[in-house]
Amino acid sequence: MLNLSLQQQGDALRAKKISSVELTQLYLDRIATHNPVLNAYVTVEAHKSLAQARSADAMLANGTAQALTGIPIAQKDIFCAQGWRTTCGSKMLDNFISPYDAHVITQFNAAGAVNLGKTNMDEFAMGSSNETSYFGPVRNPWDIKAVPGGSSGGAASAVAARLCAAATGTDTGGSIRQPAALCGISGIKPTYGTVSRYGMIAFASSLDQAGPMGRNAEDLGLMLNVMTGHDPRDSTSLARDKEDYTRDLSKPLKGLRIGLPREFFAAGLSQDVAQCVQAAVTEYQKLGAVVVDISLPNAKLAVPVYYVLAPAEASSNLSRFDGVRYGYRAPDYTDLTDMYEKTRAQGFGEEVKRRIMIGTYVLSHGYYDAYYLQAQKIRRLIAQDFVEAFKQCDVIMGPTSPSTAFNLGEKGDDPVQMYLSDIYTIAVNLAGLPGMSIPCGTGANGLPVGLQIIGDYFKEAQMLNVAHQYQMATDWHQRVPATVGA
Amino acid sequence: MKWEIVIGLEVHTQLSTNTKIFSGASTAFGSEPNTQADAVSIALPGVLPVLNKGAVERAIKFGLAVGAHIAPRSVFARKNYFYPDLPKGYQISQMELPVVGAGALTIQVEPLSGNAKPYEKTVRITRAHLEEDAGKSVHGATQGLTGIDLNRAGTPLLEIVSEPDMCSAAEAVAYAKALHTVVRWIGICDGNMQEGSFRCDVNVSVRKPGEPLGTRREIKNLNSFKFMQQAIDYEVQWQIDTLESGGKIQQATILFNPDTGETRAMRSKEDAHDYRYFPDPDLLPLDITPAMIETVRATLPELPTTKRARYTNEFGLSAYDANSLTSSREMAEFFDASVSIVGAAQAKLSANWLIGELSAQLNRDGLDIAQCPINAAQFGGMLARIADGTISNSGAKEVFRALWSEGGEADAIIEAKGLKQVSDSGAIEKIVDDVMAANAEKVAEYRSGKDKLFGFFVGAAMKASQGKANPAQLNEVLKQKLAG
Amino acid sequence: MSLTTSDVQKIARLARLAMNPTEIEAARTQLSGIFELIAEMQAVDTNGIAPMSHAQDLSQQLRPDVVTESNQREAFQAIAPQVENGLYLVPQVLE
Repeated sequence: MLNLSLQQQGDALRAKKISSVELTQLYLDRIATHNPVLNAYVTVEAHKSLAQARSADAMLANGTAQALTGIPIAQKDIFCAQGWRTTCGSKMLDNFISPYDAHVITQFNAAGAVNLGKTNMDEFAMGSSNETSYFGPVRNPWDIKAVPGGSSGGAASAVAARLCAAATGTDTGGSIRQPAALCGISGIKPTYGTVSRYGMIAFASSLDQAGPMGRNAEDLGLMLNVMTGHDPRDSTSLARDKEDYTRDLSKPLKGLRIGLPREFFAAGLSQDVAQCVQAAVTEYQKLGAVVVDISLPNAKLAVPVYYVLAPAEASSNLSRFDGVRYGYRAPDYTDLTDMYEKTRAQGFGEEVKRRIMIGTYVLSHGYYDAYYLQAQKIRRLIAQDFVEAFKQCDVIMGPTSPSTAFNLGEKGDDPVQMYLSDIYTIAVNLAGLPGMSIPCGTGANGLPVGLQIIGDYFKEAQMLNVAHQYQMATDWHQRVPATVGA
Repeated sequence: MKWEIVIGLEVHTQLSTNTKIFSGASTAFGSEPNTQADAVSIALPGVLPVLNKGAVERAIKFGLAVGAHIAPRSVFARKNYFYPDLPKGYQISQMELPVVGAGALTIQVEPLSGNAKPYEKTVRITRAHLEEDAGKSVHGATQGLTGIDLNRAGTPLLEIVSEPDMCSAAEAVAYAKALHTVVRWIGICDGNMQEGSFRCDVNVSVRKPGEPLGTRREIKNLNSFKFMQQAIDYEVQWQIDTLESGGKIQQATILFNPDTGETRAMRSKEDAHDYRYFPDPDLLPLDITPAMIETVRATLPELPTTKRARYTNEFGLSAYDANSLTSSREMAEFFDASVSIVGAAQAKLSANWLIGELSAQLNRDGLDIAQCPINAAQFGGMLARIADGTISNSGAKEVFRALWSEGGEADAIIEAKGLKQVSDSGAIEKIVDDVMAANAEKVAEYRSGKDKLFGFFVGAAMKASQGKANPAQLNEVLKQKLAG
Repeated sequence: MSLTTSDVQKIARLARLAMNPTEIEAARTQLSGIFELIAEMQAVDTNGIAPMSHAQDLSQQLRPDVVTESNQREAFQAIAPQVENGLYLVPQVLE
């Protein structure tokens, strides 16, 4: 049951081979067993999940069930869910019970899916290893000494360990794709504006985008069908017709033009990852695709640009955490300013404070033009590179991450080394393009390697088709970590 | 050597929308604390702003009313600072690209010094931009603590910035009043200054003629024209005294204390001015199409300046009358309606009564023209009877009093009270004949040169007519008959 | 590029983050490293390039001016650090 696809689990539920309550309990039991080690979930409230499962069973009984009705989904703890503690991985929100639902939560509730719990994450989604969480690091089920990636590390770990059927994530600079790669699962960040950001706690508003994380491309399509759609409460939500993201899964790939940006295969990429990605490209050629050499000349600037723009937006977005209306307030203070300064110093972790400081600096008087404005201009150059590239190819492929999962604590003291682990994913967020990662092999240390697929705007269905065809021909996505055998 | 005063204004007008600028919470004034503070107003994690169409339409309307350029694309920016009444830690405002560009407002200045004459002046408007209001701090609820009420947080504001074109307190007050009239006139702001719907920040500096601009100090949050006048007078004198005694002016934000009549600098924070503005990534650029501008233009009423010109050119009214009649849109509409009843030829009569008797009565009863118990039709009905000679001026006053306290209609009141004046020449001649016959001696005295007796005859004849004789006619007949 | 101690102090104050001298010094070192990474973009010629604030070049949608929210004070203040008579309480604000 645990290794069935969402479609198969849904079929079993609809055929009454298993009830949603039974399926939910199955996952809750596995969480009880494995979460103490993996720390993938921050909050599990069995009675809430089971109540939802009972409602789902009623829908299944009366024939109103939809594709994901009754299926247990893990929600990243960045999505506000009414009545659920919503921490965003921070001490600042340790005690925050959300009084409202994010759009994504509303969509899953309406679809009859079961909220299985809130997954661990880097604090305020700032991190690439899930080590910045106030609730402790998440471990990679392939090797519990290794990080799962971040910021959606809990989600990736939970999906890989079969502690949920599928999960939600968010991706500001690679936070869906990088942990998906490091945990050997599939994940897609759709085009910016496709999934409403309403109720998703903001990191960098112009880059943040939610997306699904699952075991295969077909599952991602079913998840996207639920998550997407116009939401008037988010001004940046795109007013587009609903689409079925699974519609093109079985299209043959003959003639597909795959662009390989030479900048993605240059120095900095570890040998084992390069080999797996090359092997995947060869597999695609067998499936009828052709390879095109392309260039993204400004991609190398994506990391510096990102570390100006994202912290700038974050420094402002996180100003609301001031100890006045909700969340943490320092216990002792002398006056208002002292209350603010202590609350924020104690409530935020080191990485968050670091990024707030970077953002505050680049926006401050006298530096705005040199940093923020310059970064916004280069952002356009980076986006234009992709426009040029997509004149020559249908999808772009490359590594998701420069290496397989590194060990906990390995990059702890050097933020710059950590920042460079998102070197291949960040440009996609800057351009607002859809990007995904699928497993395509294992590295020298036996840990998963991710293949990144970047599509043109709104080409999610095509990307899922490209990923699905590969997954029909290979079995990387079906492998299960030995530590959690299922 | 004389000092020149340089004044510019920044006026915050609360727009009269039903809901907040970025959320569907009500903007009604005076509710229980925080009952109108929705998820967006209290800045819960994850909530997002969505722009209110009503606020945009009102901004466009203002731009059109002051002949300003409406920006085809404007941008919202975040102004970052920490304050408990600012829940997000930033205010959404417009910085580089405001919705309304340069415009102008013509004002009528009534100089305060005794015999100077009223004059007209045009004040340039630099820009006007949309932004959100902050919440309110409630002091002294509990010792050592401040209470925060976020009902007002997110109320739409249009901040209207003038050029430093004013050179006296009188001009500043005249500009503020003219702006106050315009925003109410076009219906974008209720103008209630007590409730903070119209708040003025005044930038004041002084300089010697021909020298560059002096350092300015900004008087914050003036919510009455009287205080504005007092605050500017005090501030100007303070600056002049400071400079003349060899001191320097430091740029500062200052508050006016109405109890002492003095200004004082606010506690300054060294980082107060590093607001770290940047375009709000949660809001897309505001694009205003020509079609949207035209839709708003169609709802624009005839503006005070246009009306003033019409009143002086078409009706031959004085500038003073035209100005008084356009002090509010209700006043002007009352006037227009009464003129439509009595006719343009009687516009002066209409203006005199409106500015005179009616305004005085409104003042006595503490009423606004909108609350006037007499409507324009009733008023016009009375004017028509004055115009056609049916009633005398004193009769009209009686009709007016009756209309005010009992309502009804002029003709019925004239009938019921018997106020119709006698204009029948035969009847008047008879009265005059009777009075002369009864006072033959006095007629003789008059004819022998005692002119002063004319008044006696007028009084006696008027009394004999029970006050109803048409005074002009009576005078005429008396003159003729007494002359013999 | 390298930041001074007073730069870091100023940023911490603007951002309302209490930091002791040891933390300031640690932050100074780390931020200097990050700004070296960022400095790469300074050499790029961006003359004539329009800054890009949003992923898509779209216009703001407008919301009808209709009340959609009702009073939720009780629910919202249930999670507040300090309230009294419907007001959020903070240390005294001085002007």
